[in-house]
Amino acid sequence: MGRMTELPTKGGFSFDLCTRNDMLLKNGLQMPPFRKTGTTIVGLVFQDGVVLGADTRATEGPIVADKNCEKIHFMAPNIYCCGAGTAADTEAVTDMVSSQLQLHRYATGRESRVVTALTLLKSHLFSYQGHVSAALVLGGFDVTGPHLHTVYPHGSTDTLPFATMGSGSLAAMSVFESKYREGLTREEGIELVAEAICAGIFNDLGSGSNVDVCVITEGKTEYLRNYQLPNPRTYISSKGYTFVKGQTEVLSTKITSIQPKVEAVEGGDAMEE
Amino acid sequence: MALRGDWMYENNGGTCVAIAGIDYCVVAADTRLSVGYNILTRDHSKICSLADKVVLASSGFQGDIRALHKNLAARHLLYQHQHNKQMSCPAMGQLLSNTLYYKRFFPYYAFNVLGGLDNEGKGCVFTYDAVGSYERVGYSAQGSGSSLIMPVLDNQLKSPSPLLLPARDAVTPLSETEAVDLVKDVFASATERDIYTGDKLEIVVINASGIKREYLELRKD
Repeated sequence: MGRMTELPTKGGFSFDLCTRNDMLLKNGLQMPPFRKTGTTIVGLVFQDGVVLGADTRATEGPIVADKNCEKIHFMAPNIYCCGAGTAADTEAVTDMVSSQLQLHRYATGRESRVVTALTLLKSHLFSYQGHVSAALVLGGFDVTGPHLHTVYPHGSTDTLPFATMGSGSLAAMSVFESKYREGLTREEGIELVAEAICAGIFNDLGSGSNVDVCVITEGKTEYLRNYQLPNPRTYISSKGYTFVKGQTEVLSTKITSIQPKVEAVEGGDAMEE
Repeated sequence: MALRGDWMYENNGGTCVAIAGIDYCVVAADTRLSVGYNILTRDHSKICSLADKVVLASSGFQGDIRALHKNLAARHLLYQHQHNKQMSCPAMGQLLSNTLYYKRFFPYYAFNVLGGLDNEGKGCVFTYDAVGSYERVGYSAQGSGSSLIMPVLDNQLKSPSPLLLPARDAVTPLSETEAVDLVKDVFASATERDIYTGDKLEIVVINASGIKREYLELRKD
């Protein structure tokens, strides 16, 4: 088989190794599991807008990697998105669509609409055939009113009055199914969201730490970071720990002076960010 | 969680720690029982009092752990009938090792830490793997949080190997209250980072006056 004309490189994923992977699996290779960050994310529609909620634990298998991460991502001043699944994927996809929305705002001269964000997210996720592992709860308030949607990794979406996603979604949904009703007030909405997230935090091992809440109404968005902190550390030794010199064995020491004399200059330019 | 027809074990999580002192022994374990991402109960003891001066803490598959504890308790009763005395900690240590190795080709999925007082009244800790390899040490941690806790204990207690000559005490010079304080702090830290450790901590202290139990609330998330 002679070399054909070089096809231009395509974007996205290359599936060349799929046959090789299939062969390896057949020969008994154990594939490493995907790192799914356990999460509880929720959203609900109340009389004046939407309330989004999320826990703050990021896990790598059985270990907590981040005790206080941010899962409610900015999409537009009037649209926020909670993300569950692979953390890198949720960050990347929400950042990308947020940038696209901003460019769109400049082009149209109008406030972003939730369905725009929804369409951009779903078409991106569908084109990656589920390999971008991002499960999202998208909520916002635009000229057409309050909106709440869920987006699945393969690219399907639902439009719902209340929604939960992540490993703690069952725990949170049990709270919503019991207590949700139409026409909740702002306080009732926030309380219910916090209660649902707490159900996930305490009953799901993949979720934990604190409750983040975001309230989006006409013309106003409130991002309540760490709205509740129901998990303080239960015990800290009053004695503390001292690490004296010698506790870590020093095998050898070599000191090389870089400059014979260094003059410290007061003031000077501020460091660039 | 994929279930294969031939996988007969389950990991119920949890962490166990034991520290040997000059005239006491501290054995502690959390009380959370979990499977996958779910909590089965927040109030399950992993610690079993086998004899007057011997306490066993095990983490792993609770089905096997229940069976193991029952087995050892029965063997201890037989011993008492035959020898008219309680088993000492080193004797129980050997018995546990033999019991585990007996099932070498279908092991107890149990990670054990045995604590108590030896025949001289000094603190005594034995640490095991799943098939019965054991060693007397000054302190040990087993279970899901063990890799988080052991380095801290190594730093704070740093007991020499009991195999060194001349024989040096493996037990820590810390007082009983200091050791209990260390155990509480170390568990609170492990709870922060290990999802399978939490809810409540059960601390058992064995000394000349007997066995004393204490509890500490841990994070429930």
